[in-house]
Amino acid sequence: MLSVKNLQVTAGDREILRGLSLEVKAGEVHAIMGPNGSGKSTLAQVLAGRDTYHVTGGSVDFMGKNLLDMKPEERAREGVFLAFQYPVEIPGVSNMYFMRASVNAVRKHRGMPELDAFDFLETAKKKMGLLQMDAAFRERAVNVGFSGGEKKRNEIFQMAMLEPKLAVLDETDSGLDIDALRIVADGVNALRSPERAVIVVTHYQRLLNYIIPDFVHVLLNGRIVRSGGKELALELDEKGYAWLESEAVPA
Amino acid sequence: MMPTELEITERQELFLSHFRQQEAQLLSSEPAWLTEQRQDAIQSFQDAEFPTTQDEDWRYTNVSPIIQTAFRYEGLGGQSSPESAEISAQAKSIGGDGPVTARLVFVNGHYSEKHSSIGSLPAGVRIGSLRTLLRAKDADGLRVYLGRTLNLRRQAFTSLNAALWQDGAFVLVPQNVALTDPVQLVYLSTAQGAPTAAHSRTLIVAERNAQVTVAETFQAGDDGICFSNAVTEIVAGENAVVDYYHSVRENNRSFHIGLVQAYAGHAAQISALAVSLSGALVRNEVRAVLDAEGADCTLNGLYLAKGVQHVDNHTTIDHAKPHGSSRQVYNGILDGHATAVFNGRVIVRPDAQKTDANQKNRNLLLSADATIDTKPQLEISANDVRCTHGATVGQMDPEALFFLRSRGLQREEAVALLIQAFAGEILDKVKPEGLRHWLEGALRTEFSNASVAGK
Ligand SMILES: Nc1ncnc2c1ncn2[C@@H]1O[C@H](COP(=O)(O)OP(=O)(O)OP(=O)(O)O)[C@@H](O)[C@H]1O
Ligand SMILES: [Mg+2]
Repeated sequence: MLSVKNLQVTAGDREILRGLSLEVKAGEVHAIMGPNGSGKSTLAQVLAGRDTYHVTGGSVDFMGKNLLDMKPEERAREGVFLAFQYPVEIPGVSNMYFMRASVNAVRKHRGMPELDAFDFLETAKKKMGLLQMDAAFRERAVNVGFSGGEKKRNEIFQMAMLEPKLAVLDETDSGLDIDALRIVADGVNALRSPERAVIVVTHYQRLLNYIIPDFVHVLLNGRIVRSGGKELALELDEKGYAWLESEAVPA
Repeated sequence: MMPTELEITERQELFLSHFRQQEAQLLSSEPAWLTEQRQDAIQSFQDAEFPTTQDEDWRYTNVSPIIQTAFRYEGLGGQSSPESAEISAQAKSIGGDGPVTARLVFVNGHYSEKHSSIGSLPAGVRIGSLRTLLRAKDADGLRVYLGRTLNLRRQAFTSLNAALWQDGAFVLVPQNVALTDPVQLVYLSTAQGAPTAAHSRTLIVAERNAQVTVAETFQAGDDGICFSNAVTEIVAGENAVVDYYHSVRENNRSFHIGLVQAYAGHAAQISALAVSLSGALVRNEVRAVLDAEGADCTLNGLYLAKGVQHVDNHTTIDHAKPHGSSRQVYNGILDGHATAVFNGRVIVRPDAQKTDANQKNRNLLLSADATIDTKPQLEISANDVRCTHGATVGQMDPEALFFLRSRGLQREEAVALLIQAFAGEILDKVKPEGLRHWLEGALRTEFSNASVAGK
């Protein structure tokens, strides 16, 4: 589904990703772990099409198409979803108004009929119910005044509404209490299917008890230096990253 | 280039000729007190000279394009040309629909009876065109209020209006009467081939404990050059509540100079909301005098400009007595090479202890070539007061734009949504629903092709 080959990315005059490769097949869940500043969010944002990052080498193929050629909105319509590490506040735009525009943009692209106000609301209510989000969040401006955990839940709500093929969750677990973590994990697991794939970026093995990954990768200094099964996460939890340092390309 | 004195006099001459063209008719058809007002006004106009950018109040607004245009003037005789079907259609839709107490339509400053409607009014309420009321027997009732709060000294445009106004609206709500539905006033301009100037006057009086909502809309009816020079007087008596809207939607070649002069009595509440949607040069000035204890004033504004449009908002709130409060929020959205001015003056007189005043001006620049000059002007002569102000100028948040696009919204849709949200901070304060929807629609039309640098 997703094939990242030798990806090199800079921001300003800083090299961040230095030849990163990653293969994700439909139905799989991949976890990406790594110390602060190693480039995890950069990878996530580049996949979503953020233009502050410059791709200087390598390729990204998504379901047979060159992802790097697409605008952010085209990627979203093709089925790429990014849950932001730091969800953006948008004063003056109601959650529901925005979400309906978003859902219908994606549905239209997929050749599905647009949802009318009633059908949309019914679906939204159901998904918010599953995520145990209060009805008040519907009319509130996107993320404005939301607590950290509420923002993360709102990201998962958006994912649930958009039903992406590839979901990239950037530290969606940080800032969540234990109940919220469960709810969010359930939300992600509900989306798992043989046609979809998920990439979770996390610092904590804890999340991986709920969302069981097929593969765990360690990102260090802009490259994936080690890949393994779910037991790798336990090992990292125990030993930290220092023992992998020697495998990273020096900065 | 700075105009020379001689040129200024020549330009005055055009407007003086408009006055002379009218003089005889004025004398014969209007009461003596009004003729006297007009004669004083034309004298003030002659003494004033048109403002230049040397004048502090006009530093960033150059009125040369207005005073260099040879306008025609449709005097008291009425409209000189028959109106087009387009004008008739617009007369019906401008300002939105929804329930109204009355809807008065003026074309080039002249009352259009056939487009206007006045429902049955509660006892004592007077709503109608000034000229109609002047013809009525009790015209002297107007005398108490008309022009009383205006200061013409060194105010060329206000003086011009006071000398040349053809017609306008009178809204009087007597003691203890509250009108629930708004009074809609529509001022349409139509050049029909030749640049046209109209001077309209609105007088709103809410007596003790009265409540009224008035919405004025100024709009170009065709794509010719028009100049609307409007003066609105608001008098709010003790405990009265006045909710006022001033919307301007002129075409790319037209000019609007508007003055709203408001006077608040004891514990009166006045709110004025000015929306400038478009126009070659738009200047909206609101002056509020809080001349009794506990008076409260809210001034809000939204201004949009693109291309080479220029929009200028000047506000003055004069806190003259204790325990007054005022708040102002003005948001501006600028695109292309547009220029804008916001000047918010707050005066707190020595007497006005316990004044609470705040002011906010936020600007969204969609292009690197647009500019805004924003300035608070606080003149505080009392010591126990709370006055705050803040101004921001910024671009559209790239994070927000990326977020919306990452959810599948096209760049243009995302931009439009963010513009709407920014404008919404002001438009959400528009209480009459019909007007709010009309303004939201106009905003979408004006900014359907916003530039916003980037891919
Ligand atoms: N726009 C930018 N300009 C310059 N440097 C940047 C930019 N964005 C990220 N960086 C730098 O690139 C490095 C990688 O950042 P990134 O956000 O990808 O790290 P991360 O792995 O997600 O870290 P964390 O675990 O703290 O979230 C950091 O050193 C960061 O400061
Ligand atoms: Mg990160």
